[in-house]
Amino acid sequence: MLHDAWLIARKDLKLEIRSRVALNQVVPFALLVLVLFAFALDPDRGLLEKATPGLYWIAVLFSGLLAMQRSFAVEAADGVTDALRLSGLAPAGIYLGKTLSVAVQLLVLEVLLGVGVAVLYGTSITGWLLLIATIVVATAGISTAGTLFGVVAAGLRVRETLLPLLLLPVLAPVLIGSTRAFEAALSGTPSEGWPWVGLMSVFAAVYVVAGIFGFGPLMEES
Amino acid sequence: MEPDDPTSRSGTEPVVHLRGAVALLGRFPALAGVDLDVDRRRIVLLRGANGAGKTTLLRALAGLVPISAGEAVVLGVDLRVDRQSVRHRVGLLAHGTGLYDELSVSDNVRFWTLAAGADLADAESAMARLGLDGRLSDVSVGRLSTGQRRRTSLAILIARRPELWLLDEPHAGLDKEGRDVVDELVRDAAAAGATIILSSHELDRAIDLADEIVTLGGGVALDDSGAGGDDHVA
Repeated sequence: MLHDAWLIARKDLKLEIRSRVALNQVVPFALLVLVLFAFALDPDRGLLEKATPGLYWIAVLFSGLLAMQRSFAVEAADGVTDALRLSGLAPAGIYLGKTLSVAVQLLVLEVLLGVGVAVLYGTSITGWLLLIATIVVATAGISTAGTLFGVVAAGLRVRETLLPLLLLPVLAPVLIGSTRAFEAALSGTPSEGWPWVGLMSVFAAVYVVAGIFGFGPLMEES
Repeated sequence: MEPDDPTSRSGTEPVVHLRGAVALLGRFPALAGVDLDVDRRRIVLLRGANGAGKTTLLRALAGLVPISAGEAVVLGVDLRVDRQSVRHRVGLLAHGTGLYDELSVSDNVRFWTLAAGADLADAESAMARLGLDGRLSDVSVGRLSTGQRRRTSLAILIARRPELWLLDEPHAGLDKEGRDVVDELVRDAAAAGATIILSSHELDRAIDLADEIVTLGGGVALDDSGAGGDDHVA
């Protein structure tokens, strides 16, 4: 299973490096969202500072949706879905591989968005340990749930519009938890943030288990 | 390019055994009660008009389309009970190429070969066999002609060493040289112990290639009066 996961993750990342969709479309989109938030809230600088954690994670979620849609769009092309079913790869391995690939892309995006927030919003970064832990578990939560719901929507003609409708409500706990944890880190009260990290860890663990057992049947139906 | 020791399993039972097999696409019976037996090492041509059920039959034999009634046993696996187990043992050349456009030819062949549990040496030799080991190997699949994409799909198929080859219009999009290569691959595979079922509209060429001919019409196997090979009336 881990061998299959590694094969899929390496292939997906190679696809992204070759196609440059993430670099040319997702990253500019994410930065554009940050800039638009800055335009909208600039008259009240205090409000922008207060809202920075939430705006950051909303930008991550919107941009991550593009990465997740892309992850399944490449499998829908020209008989690739059938080839995957015939490949002998373990469905759980495919799930973990795609999750890993999406997570790596999200981590890169989050670092770039972090730089964007620091530059555009003038945010001073504090509480590094909590920030890094939040990014890791929130990324795990988004990618584990996103990959599972991605395969649900993959076989449908309306997948581009359906995936956000399915996924955004499910990811609400991650949005809330990551925002609260970031607020705690940036306000110098990290002890208030760790329970949220724990909550998001449980969320990610639940979706890993659900994905390992549920991805195969869902792939059959897609 | 020999399949994985096909003679190790029961050498006498048919590779494909269908009795009254029904497959539904939605509510439409694309297969409406097909009877078919195919023995090991045979080359079987499926022919019939568009919509006769050839593609659905090939996909059903690959375990991709569920059999909703009748008997269906492929490579000893009862498809009514388990469609997954047979999949990695068959090679399906379908209308879709199953290739990633942004990856190179060699990346595609290597990925699918490793996914099937075969060695990279199999990928290299398959590419060489299909003439894809030169400058083409580093070209993105999205830039290839239809025939070159078909060759790439064929390279993947032979690198995977399937026991049962299911070829849907294998000559389509290929030039004469490519069609000759396909015929040679099919004959070599059968000689090495694999079983081949193909559909083709290139009837002159396919009839020469086939040991048996099965005509499909309306989702069932019809009485056959075709030329060439040992006509097989299922």
